[in-house]
Amino acid sequence: MEYAFFLGCIAPNRYPNLEAATHKVMNALGVKLLDMEGASCCPAPGVLRSFHRELWLAVGARNITIAEEMGVDITTMCSGCYATLKEVNDLLKEREELRKKVNEALSKIGREYKGTVEVKHILEVFYFDLGIDEVASQVKRKISAKAALHYGCHLIKPTVHRRWTDSCEDPRFFEALVEFMGVTPVDYRDKLMCCGAGGGVRSGSPEVALTYTMNKLESMREVGAELLVNACQFCHLQFDLGQVEIKERYGKEYNIPVIFYTQLLGLAMGFSPEEMGLQYNRVEAVSPVKAILERSAE
Amino acid sequence: MAGVIRCGCMSITQSVVKAEDLDLSFAKTLEQLGIERVLTCMQCGTCTASCPSGRYAAYRTRLVLRKVLLGLREEILSDPDLWLCTTCYNCQERCPRRIDVVDLIIVLRNMAFATGHARERHVQISRFFVETGHLVPINEENMKKRRELGLSEKPPTTHSFPKALEEVKALASYFGFDKIVLGER
Ligand code: SF4
Ligand code: SF4
Repeated sequence: MEYAFFLGCIAPNRYPNLEAATHKVMNALGVKLLDMEGASCCPAPGVLRSFHRELWLAVGARNITIAEEMGVDITTMCSGCYATLKEVNDLLKEREELRKKVNEALSKIGREYKGTVEVKHILEVFYFDLGIDEVASQVKRKISAKAALHYGCHLIKPTVHRRWTDSCEDPRFFEALVEFMGVTPVDYRDKLMCCGAGGGVRSGSPEVALTYTMNKLESMREVGAELLVNACQFCHLQFDLGQVEIKERYGKEYNIPVIFYTQLLGLAMGFSPEEMGLQYNRVEAVSPVKAILERSAE
Repeated sequence: MAGVIRCGCMSITQSVVKAEDLDLSFAKTLEQLGIERVLTCMQCGTCTASCPSGRYAAYRTRLVLRKVLLGLREEILSDPDLWLCTTCYNCQERCPRRIDVVDLIIVLRNMAFATGHARERHVQISRFFVETGHLVPINEENMKKRRELGLSEKPPTTHSFPKALEEVKALASYFGFDKIVLGER
């Protein structure tokens, strides 16, 4: 099994520990992640699509053509990149006229969008391609912890462009993807709410973005969540770096470790917290995770 | 439109809207741009009720739709609140008229950006994109982290492939985007 690994911006340029951890985990699962040489920003659906939709389409299509040349489907750890590449791919497959326009632009750089690959969020790779049973069979130790799962927005919406059969009002697939590790997902107020970073709000109105983040952290704390598990590198940044920003701006401390899904899976597969790069998180994650692992082994 | 429309607490800025300020063809224009059924909005407010930005800020989705139907074009495009939507899709999933509200907001933002109503920070990150291929480019601190993690110092993206960056720049200039964002320097 192999995929063109679309990095985007946040993982390679701000949280490279997620990139490194994902490579280790996928490698151990026998899944090859191939570099997409010369890929750019997806470009981000909240910002570039808001500024210039035609350029957004063309650059998104250019990124897809890199995977087309490689002849493999795309996967990504970012729900924003997923939103862009999936929407561009679906639109260009469905609408011939749009495809013609985009290909006219791409012809200036010697490329052509053909529509020969699929775009998959990395959770789709685990859930649909590998399958829960296969992934669960690789688990070597239990992680007995209460975790607040953050679905985020673009992993599940817009539903017309998504494969999940769960309702976007009450999805359960993320729970299914952590329960086999011994993790207890806890429901909390506003579980399905956005992290606050999307739509250019983090860059344009950081105080509004942090209000979202703070409210989510508050309700996670109310139910005693020991970990925050997310499935998007941008949400990851907003919750991890966001906790630092919230402390600076509002003097509030939550100290909830923020763990990306592949990091959690890696821990369950036997990798150490350091091998999963938890020491690069802004909110201390290594010692709370070690305590959880020790407790779980008893 | 006969008479006046009185607006209560929320921010249609004029409390009296004059007929000459209205552009009733605006919603039609948006329909032609692909926002189907926008004219069927019944102002039920499901969008606003579902909107987290509506909870935490003064932004009101239903009001955007109201202004669209009235054709208060300038007022919509110059309103900084247009940039408070996180594109979470709650409204779009729940609208009983199945209006693609997020797509509508994107089209409105494109118009706002083109007419100089973008936030300075948004223009600034656009420059990063045009210059590096990344809206969030690499920096020293993260090159160091990458080395420690056993990754290539720069990711295998436009950061490592100058020819690829030229392609992205060529697309930006094909659409005149480089002029828009670099010209404002
Ligand atoms: S939910 Fe739909 S119909 Fe109701 S006010 Fe919002 S856009 Fe209009
Ligand atoms: S997509 Fe935007 S307008 Fe709609 S509910 Fe979410 S934040 Fe509000």
